[in-house]
Amino acid sequence: MNVTATSQMTAESSPHVAWKTFSALFARDVRVARRNIVTTILQTMLQPLLLVFVFGQVMTRSGMIAASYKGMLLPGIMAISMTMTGVMAVAMPLIAEFQFTKEIEDRLLAPIRIEWIAVEKMMAGVLQALVSGAIVAIPARLLLGSGLNLSTEHLGLFFTIAFLVALFSASGGLTLGCSVGQTQIGLVFSLVLAPMVMFGCAYYPWKALESFPILQKVVLLNPLVYASEGLRGTLAPVYPHMPPMVVIAVLGAIDAVLVVTALARFRSKAVS
Amino acid sequence: MGVGIRTRDLRKIYTSPPPIAARGAAFGAGFSFKKKKDAKTLNVVALDGVSLEVAPGEVFGLLGPNGAGKSTTVGILTTRVRPTSGDAVLLANGAGQIDIWQDQVRAKQFIGVVQQRPNLDFALTAREILVFHGAYFGIASAERHRRADQLLEQFQLTSRADDLTRGFSGGMMQRLSVARALMHDPQVLFLDEPSTGLDPQTRLMLWSIIRECNAKGKTILITTHNMEEADELCDRVAIVDHGKVIALGTPAELKASIPGGYVLQLRFSATPSELIERLKRLPGVTEVRATAAGTDIYADRGGGLIGDIVGAATACSADLHDVHISEPSLENLFLHHTGRSLRQ
Repeated sequence: MNVTATSQMTAESSPHVAWKTFSALFARDVRVARRNIVTTILQTMLQPLLLVFVFGQVMTRSGMIAASYKGMLLPGIMAISMTMTGVMAVAMPLIAEFQFTKEIEDRLLAPIRIEWIAVEKMMAGVLQALVSGAIVAIPARLLLGSGLNLSTEHLGLFFTIAFLVALFSASGGLTLGCSVGQTQIGLVFSLVLAPMVMFGCAYYPWKALESFPILQKVVLLNPLVYASEGLRGTLAPVYPHMPPMVVIAVLGAIDAVLVVTALARFRSKAVS
Repeated sequence: MGVGIRTRDLRKIYTSPPPIAARGAAFGAGFSFKKKKDAKTLNVVALDGVSLEVAPGEVFGLLGPNGAGKSTTVGILTTRVRPTSGDAVLLANGAGQIDIWQDQVRAKQFIGVVQQRPNLDFALTAREILVFHGAYFGIASAERHRRADQLLEQFQLTSRADDLTRGFSGGMMQRLSVARALMHDPQVLFLDEPSTGLDPQTRLMLWSIIRECNAKGKTILITTHNMEEADELCDRVAIVDHGKVIALGTPAELKASIPGGYVLQLRFSATPSELIERLKRLPGVTEVRATAAGTDIYADRGGGLIGDIVGAATACSADLHDVHISEPSLENLFLHHTGRSLRQ
């Protein structure tokens, strides 16, 4: 019996290696995200920032919209940016890597359980969503100027909700990336993401839908509603909003379902 | 140490369309589609009981046409395709063993894979691809940079090391894929149709790299539909068709197993029917076939027949203008076993 062979065949499999592999996978995604930062910003933040300018400046200054509307916008814009960044950052590369270029293969062959690769993808997505939320807040804040009625009293709750929003976007992105074909991307964006943004209570509080009772119930299926309401409730609580604890509970449940679904989808996509 | 491979009765039935890599260029060529009436599910039998034993340090070839099940076999051995039944293990000189599907994480540490289609990480530069690959395998930073530099040098990629790989030529991508597979010094190297689409020069370079790896004791499993490649590189070859191994042995053994393995392609100044008759009666000749280009003789020897052929031609007052002798080939063998040419 070849002792060295046997010992080598058993020795190398340790949590130590798995941790190294995991951090290397994460480092790779961070490197790529850093490299693409300008395109990512343009892709996911330009539109919300233009909206901020039109609604927060043009419309309010001309008196067509009350100036108090400005404070409403900031949390909503953050919710949209975070959601879009997380979804795009995870889903778009994954769709290409799984289907056409097969780039994902070298990571699937890394000595780690493939579920951890999915977890790593989500972690990288969470990070990118959080960074995007922070980045968009600065120019948005500057564009909107004074009189925003922001509050820093609920920072703990705010960060909890921000994390749940980021996780929702990353796990949703992973689920989407493992479910959608390359040819259907355009359709998904116009059929799912566009209505999701418009009916995501980002540009108006959920309460504003009271005059549309059916719509008000239907939009409760839209996770972005909780994201916008939650961030608004903790960052600009003077405006109408859902109770933050309700938001946390619902987002937590959505996240749990999406993470489980994403892992299952990833597994079935990775192994034929 | 050397690590071998053993599979027992591997079967794979795809119930959804198989991945692109396992389809080969012409999906459907070798698969049999059976649609269940009730469930309307796809049932594609890609592997139908494949048992193989690859010795540590061996270069083993899987030879067959597109859709024969070669890529599916590699997929199962590299944790990418789940077998429907049967088992696959890595063996260390018959001692330690790893069930590839029970213990995927450990198995992955011992294997390096070069896929049929280049699957380089397009978001990274050539050097980063190697360095990150090393990092995935837990290699320390200084060591992985050293190895990356060395492999870039060896594969003549140093001048493009810091470029993104999207613009690389097919040959460069393939070289980088092989370099990446070697980055973590695997004991078993899988190469799925490695020379498809390569120019002859790059192919020769690849072959010499494969021989070099093998000289260091690595076990190599290579799939190909190129006879020459299998003949040139492999210690043993399994010929697969329709998900089954139809012949197994060294290239020489396999070639010797068919009667009249030599083909002599001749061109005469004239071919009267008397000449054909005389050729057919020559000792060792199994078949004489008139072709567009001339006359083909299937025989159990090559050069030894030339004297007799010239004699027969002279007797019919014809001149022999050209001779080409093909030694027994795996191509002929495949034809012999399946009645089809590999290229069909």
